[in-house]
Amino acid sequence: MPVRIQREDFDAGAQIARLRAGDPRIGAVASFVGVARDRNDGAAVSTLTLEHYPGMTEKSIEAIINEAKSRWAVFEILVIHRIGELKPLDQIVLVVATSSHRGDAFAACEFVMDYLKTEAPFWKKESTPAGERWVDARESDEAARSRWERSG
Amino acid sequence: MRVTVLYFAGVREAAGRDRETLELPADVATVGALRAWLIARGSPWAEAFTEIRRIRAAVAQDMAADETPLAEGAEVAFFPPVTGG
Repeated sequence: MPVRIQREDFDAGAQIARLRAGDPRIGAVASFVGVARDRNDGAAVSTLTLEHYPGMTEKSIEAIINEAKSRWAVFEILVIHRIGELKPLDQIVLVVATSSHRGDAFAACEFVMDYLKTEAPFWKKESTPAGERWVDARESDEAARSRWERSG
Repeated sequence: MRVTVLYFAGVREAAGRDRETLELPADVATVGALRAWLIARGSPWAEAFTEIRRIRAAVAQDMAADETPLAEGAEVAFFPPVTGG
C-alpha cells in the first residue's frame, strides 16, 4: 500500500529498503521526514494531536501520488502519516520517491509533501501552557503548493 | 433529500457533534445552500460556521466548492483548512 495512516512510529530506513528491494532500475531515492517541534507560533508545545478524515485522507493522498507519477519519471512513492497523540521529537510523516535519477525523485517528493500539506484532511491540535489550540493553516503552505500549478 | 454531514476538528467541536443525518428541503441542493441552511438553524451551527475562518467542504470525500451539487445519500463534510504533514 503506497498510503498508510497509522498511530505507530515508522522506521524510515526499513521503509526505504523495502521500497527499493529487488529493483535495479532505481538510481535515486528521495525521502522527507516531518517531525514534531517543541515550539510553534511563539508558544511551547507539549503534545500534538492529529485528527483525520478516514477514507478521504487515503483517497486524497493516492490522487496526489498519481499526479506526481504522471509528472515525473518515478517508480514508487510511499506516504506514511501518523495520527493520534504525538510529542516533540516524534516523527509525523514520511514521503519516499524512487526514480532512475535524482531530479525526478527530489521533485516528486517535494510535490507530494506540498500537496499533502494543503489537500490531505489532517488537523493538528497542540497543547501549550495557555491551553489547547487548533493549528492555523499557513499562507506559506498555500504558496508552496501553488508554485506547482500549471497554467493551461 | 437525505444527506450525512460530517464535522471535523474545530468545526466538530463548535458544532458539538461529529456527524448527523439530515433531511433537506428541496431547495437545498448545493454545498453552499447546505452551509446557509445550517447557519440558519441557529446555535450551535451558526457559531461553528461564522467563528471559524474559511471552512472547507468535501462531497463524497472530494474537496467541494459552494456550487457543488448534493445527491440523495451524499456524504458531506465541513472542516477548517487542513494542517497535516
